Amino acid sequence: MRELRVTPIKNGTVIDHIPAGMALKLLKILGIGDSVSSTVTVAMHVPSRAMGWKDIVKVEDRELGVREIEKIALIAPAATVNVIRNYNVAEKRRVTLPDRAVGILRCANPNCISNVREPIESEFVVRSKDPLRVVCKYCDRELEEIVGHIV
Amino acid sequence: MSDFRGRDILSIRDFSRADIQLVLRAAKKMVPVAVGDRRSRSLEGKILATLFYEPSTRTRLSFESAMARLGGRVLGFSGAEGTSVQKGETLADTVRMVEAYGDAIVLRHPNEGAARLAAEFTDKPVINAGDGAGQHPTQTLLDLYTIWDEKGSIEGQNVALVGDLKYGRTVHSLTYALAELGAHLTFVSPPTLEMPREILEHVKERGLSFRVAHRLQEVVRDADVLYVTRIQKERFPDPQEYEAVVGSYRIDADLLRDAKRGLIIMHPLPRVTEIAPEVDRTKHAVYFKQAFNGVPVRMALLDMILGGGE
Repeated sequence: MRELRVTPIKNGTVIDHIPAGMALKLLKILGIGDSVSSTVTVAMHVPSRAMGWKDIVKVEDRELGVREIEKIALIAPAATVNVIRNYNVAEKRRVTLPDRAVGILRCANPNCISNVREPIESEFVVRSKDPLRVVCKYCDRELEEIVGHIV
Repeated sequence: MSDFRGRDILSIRDFSRADIQLVLRAAKKMVPVAVGDRRSRSLEGKILATLFYEPSTRTRLSFESAMARLGGRVLGFSGAEGTSVQKGETLADTVRMVEAYGDAIVLRHPNEGAARLAAEFTDKPVINAGDGAGQHPTQTLLDLYTIWDEKGSIEGQNVALVGDLKYGRTVHSLTYALAELGAHLTFVSPPTLEMPREILEHVKERGLSFRVAHRLQEVVRDADVLYVTRIQKERFPDPQEYEAVVGSYRIDADLLRDAKRGLIIMHPLPRVTEIAPEVDRTKHAVYFKQAFNGVPVRMALLDMILGGGE
């Protein structure tokens, strides 16, 4: 029987060093769901020298924006994002979480002004990166369940 | 923040110990003007815009009184009915419109963070007069002023905060400020209405010890200040439980028998049944004076922000 292998991609993005078990959440925050138009490869529970076990996601024909990379940092702070162009790694980026998370999280407080129809983006002050703790700039409340509030 | 000119007053947590002391001293100097014994025109020609999206009695009237005592004028609305707000105007747009009509904006709004948003859309100073369950910094300053004025200092005073400590906006802000100023804190509430954990952690981080108690009788003897808040009926699913709880947090003459002579009792008002009327006649009751103190404190702030005060 021929071994099925994950082949290199021609153009797109490879997200590596995702904590094992987080790949499906990562797809969700990147908006990759039923109506996907390009090939997406997900490898889960892959042996890793650095992490023990990890997940990998390959998205063909798509490069990620700064906001998308910031969102990845919220759930996979050690992830690397490789931009592939014509089978070569054109850029290798480590995800970084800024000191302020703008427009990537929704405040859990329904009475917060950032959840009302106003011309502003949500903004959270990152109090600590490990463990991740963020506080809403507007209502001053700490966001308890961060992953569930990624927009 | 020591230079207050043009500054926003959004949260008591933006105030350092020195800032607070500056406001308290300036407020003391304003008292003769606040009671009408002396006249001041220091804010003559200045206009304060008051946007009260929610009804308020004390806060709105004391801002108006403060501005009038300093020779300034006030315009604004109370309740959003009949305004462009009711037509669906955003707060951001209202603020950008109003900044053309006044020199500073006072905002009371039902949503937390509203004052911070307003401040982002105008260069004019914004004073937060209460944003939902969030901050009400001028209330905190008048509470601090009352303790300082009555007791001569804040540091080292035994302050017991009583009632609904979970949802009470005033007690949260006051706790941050009292921790900054080195008061000894006791939190007295029903177990279901305790002070939120993050605020207790903050007090601990400041290196201060505090006490959590559930019975008022345990704390009255040692207290220098009892800060009483209303326990609201809607916090209890069972009306009988509410009645029982409210009864056990009521301040009356009997409870005060063992109190220190110099104990002061404060309340942000309105009170319902949590302080018996008989207490009003005792020397412990300072809550009406506290309500008056809103005027000199707000005068001091307005003068520092809009005029050349301090």
